Amino acid sequence: MSDETTKTAGFWTWFWDLANPTRFLAIANWLIPVLAIFTCILLAIGLFLGFSAPQDYQQGATVQIMFIHVPASWTAMMCYSVMSISALGSLVWRHPLADVSIRAAAPIGAAFTFLALLTGSLWGKPMWGTWWVWDARLTSVLILFIIYMGLIALSRAIEEPTTAARSLAIITLIGFINIPIIKFSVDWWNTLHQPASVSRLAKPAMDAVFLYPLLTMAIAYTTLFFTLHLLAMRNEILRRRIRSMRMSAARKFDSPSASDRK
Amino acid sequence: MMALLLRDIKLAFRVGGGALTGILFFLAVVTIVPFAVGPDLNLLSKIGPAILWIAALLASLLGLDRLFQQDREDGTLDVIIIQPHSLTAIVFIKCVSHWLANGLPLLLATPIFGLFMNMEPLAIGAVLATLIVGTPAITFIGAIGAAVTVSLPRGGLLLAVLILPLVIPVLIFGVSATYGAIQDPAPFTSPFLILCALTLFFSVLGPITAGWMLAQSTD
Amino acid sequence: MKLVIKNLSGERSGQQIFTAVNFSLVPGQAMVVTGANGSGKSTLLRVIAGLLNPSAGSVSLNNSSPDEETPIAHEHMHYLGHQNALKLPMSVGENLNFWRQFCGKPLLSINEALDKVGLPGIAHLPAAYLSAGQKRRVAIARLLVSYKPVWIVDEPTSALDKASEILFAKLVEGHLDTGGMVIAATHQSLGLKSGKARQINTLNLDENKPNPESEWVDSR
Repeated sequence: MSDETTKTAGFWTWFWDLANPTRFLAIANWLIPVLAIFTCILLAIGLFLGFSAPQDYQQGATVQIMFIHVPASWTAMMCYSVMSISALGSLVWRHPLADVSIRAAAPIGAAFTFLALLTGSLWGKPMWGTWWVWDARLTSVLILFIIYMGLIALSRAIEEPTTAARSLAIITLIGFINIPIIKFSVDWWNTLHQPASVSRLAKPAMDAVFLYPLLTMAIAYTTLFFTLHLLAMRNEILRRRIRSMRMSAARKFDSPSASDRK
Repeated sequence: MMALLLRDIKLAFRVGGGALTGILFFLAVVTIVPFAVGPDLNLLSKIGPAILWIAALLASLLGLDRLFQQDREDGTLDVIIIQPHSLTAIVFIKCVSHWLANGLPLLLATPIFGLFMNMEPLAIGAVLATLIVGTPAITFIGAIGAAVTVSLPRGGLLLAVLILPLVIPVLIFGVSATYGAIQDPAPFTSPFLILCALTLFFSVLGPITAGWMLAQSTD
Repeated sequence: MKLVIKNLSGERSGQQIFTAVNFSLVPGQAMVVTGANGSGKSTLLRVIAGLLNPSAGSVSLNNSSPDEETPIAHEHMHYLGHQNALKLPMSVGENLNFWRQFCGKPLLSINEALDKVGLPGIAHLPAAYLSAGQKRRVAIARLLVSYKPVWIVDEPTSALDKASEILFAKLVEGHLDTGGMVIAATHQSLGLKSGKARQINTLNLDENKPNPESEWVDSR
C-alpha cells in the first residue's frame, strides 16, 4: 500500500517539477530531437507501406489519400484532447505550463484539421463527385476548425498571458463537446462519410494490408504532433522570457537620472 | 500619408487589431447557413452568391467601428485632425487601410467558401468580382457611420443599423450582377457598372462627410 | 509671427465656460493658464488648438510678412492633451517615427528626442510595457521629433515625478529660446523662469467666468 502511494507521490513530484520552465526547457532540448528522428523514421515507413499497398478495387489509387487524411483527423482530435487536459490543468490545478501548452497546441491542431479537411475534399471529389457536402462528419470537423481559429484569435487578442489563460482554458473546455460529436457523427446521423472501420470493439473491418500503414502513419503523426508541440511550447516560454526582460528593461528607465549627461 | 496607411495596417494585425476575426466571422456565417436551410447541395448552390454577399456584408459591418474609435480613445485622433493634411484625405487613407486589412482577407477566403456552398467556378468568380468592387463601397459608407458614432461606447451595433439603408443598394446590385453572370437572360454588365459607380460615388461622399463629422465631434 | 487670441469665449455642453479671453504671444513668450477645476482650462486649450469651435472670438496666427497667406493656426501647433496619443501595440520608436513623418518638419531624431526626455535606448520596447510616467514622457518626445512653433500643453506633468518636471521645464525653456511659443494649462507650477529672450505670462481663467445664467434659465 505504501509502495503505491510513494510511487504516485513520485510521479506527482516529477510532474510538478516539470512546471519549472527552465527544467522543462532542459528536458525539451533533448526530447525534441529524439522525437523528431522517430517521426522521420515512422513517416518514411508509413509512406512506403502506404504507397506500396495495393489499389482498392473500388476506389483505385485514390484510396492512398486515406493514409494522409485519416491520421490527420485523428491527430486533430487528439490535439484538442491534449488541449482540454491542459485546460483542466490550468483551471483546476493551476499548472503553470498548462496555458503554454494550450497556446502552443492551437495552431498545430488547426493545421492538422485543415489538412484533414483539404485531403478529405480532394478525396471526396473523385469519390462522391463534390468538393464538399454538409454531412455531420464534415460539418463537425469544420466546426472544430472554427473552434481552433477562435482560440487562436483569442490568444492573440489578449496581451497579458495570465489573463488570457483563464479565458482560453474555459473556451477550450466548452468546445470539447464537439469531439465526441465528431467521433459518433457517422453513427448518429445518416452521413455520406464512411462509418468507423478501425476503432470498432470487434476486429477492425479493414484488411491488414491497409491497416498496418494506417496505424504506422497514425503513430508517426502522433510523434510529429508531440515534436511540434514541444517546439511550440519552447518558443512560447522563450517569448514570455523576452516579454519579462523587456518589461524590466522598461522599468529601469523610470527615473530620468540617466539623462543628466546631456 | 503613406505613414498613416502603413501604421493602420500594422495595427490591424497586432494585438487587439481584429483583422483576422473578420474572416473568422465570415466563415462562421457561411457555416451556419446549411444548419438553417438544410444541406441540400442544389439549394445551397442556388443561394450561394446571396449568402456569400450577406456574410461578407455582416463581417465588414462588424469591423467598421474600429475605424476611428481606437484613435479617439487614446487621443491620436485629436493630434491627427490638427495636422495640415485634409481631413477628407485622412479619412480616405484610413478607409483604404481598413479595406486592405479587413476586406482583402474576406476576398481571399471567398473562393473556399464558395466551394462550401457548392457553387460553380463561374459563380465563384462572379461573386469575387462583385465583392472586389462592392466591399470598398461598404467601407466608405461605413466611414460615415463610424464618424457619427465615434463618441458612443457601444457604437458598433448602432453604426451597423445606421448605414444599413445606404448599404442595401450595394447588396442589391452586387447580388444582381452575380446572378446576371450565372443565369442567361439576366444582364451582368449594367448592375456591375452601377456597383462600380456606387463605389466611386461613396469613395468621395464618404470621406468628405466623415471628415466633416469628425471635426465636429471633438469634445 | 504672432499668435493672437481675441475675445475668445468657449462653451461645453451648451454652457458658456469662459468669456473674453484676450492675449497675444510673440516668439519667446509663454502663457501659463491657471484656474480652479472646471474653470475651462482644457476647453480653452482645445479651442485654441482648433479642436473645438469657439462660441465667440478668434484665434489667429499672423505672419510677419503681410503678402504671405495667413496660415491656419492649428496647423502650426503641437497639442499635448490629457491622453498620450500612443499606440500600445507598436514600439516606442514606431510611434515616434509615425508622428515624425505625419507631422512633417522633422527636428530631432527618435533617439535624440528620447535622450532628451530621459528615456535613452527605449525605442525598441513596445509602448504597452511602459509605466504611466514613461508614456507621458514619450508623448512629450513627440513634441521634439517634429517642429511646430506653438506648443499647446494641457497638464503636461500630470504623471511625472519631480525630476521629470524639471526636465520638462528645461525643454519648454529651450523651445522658447529658439523662438517658439507655449501655452500651458496646469494646476501646479511648472517652474518656468523668464530669461533674456523669454517671457512667462500667466492667465487665471477664474477671472473669465461668464454670466452664470444660460439663455434657457429664466432670469427673474
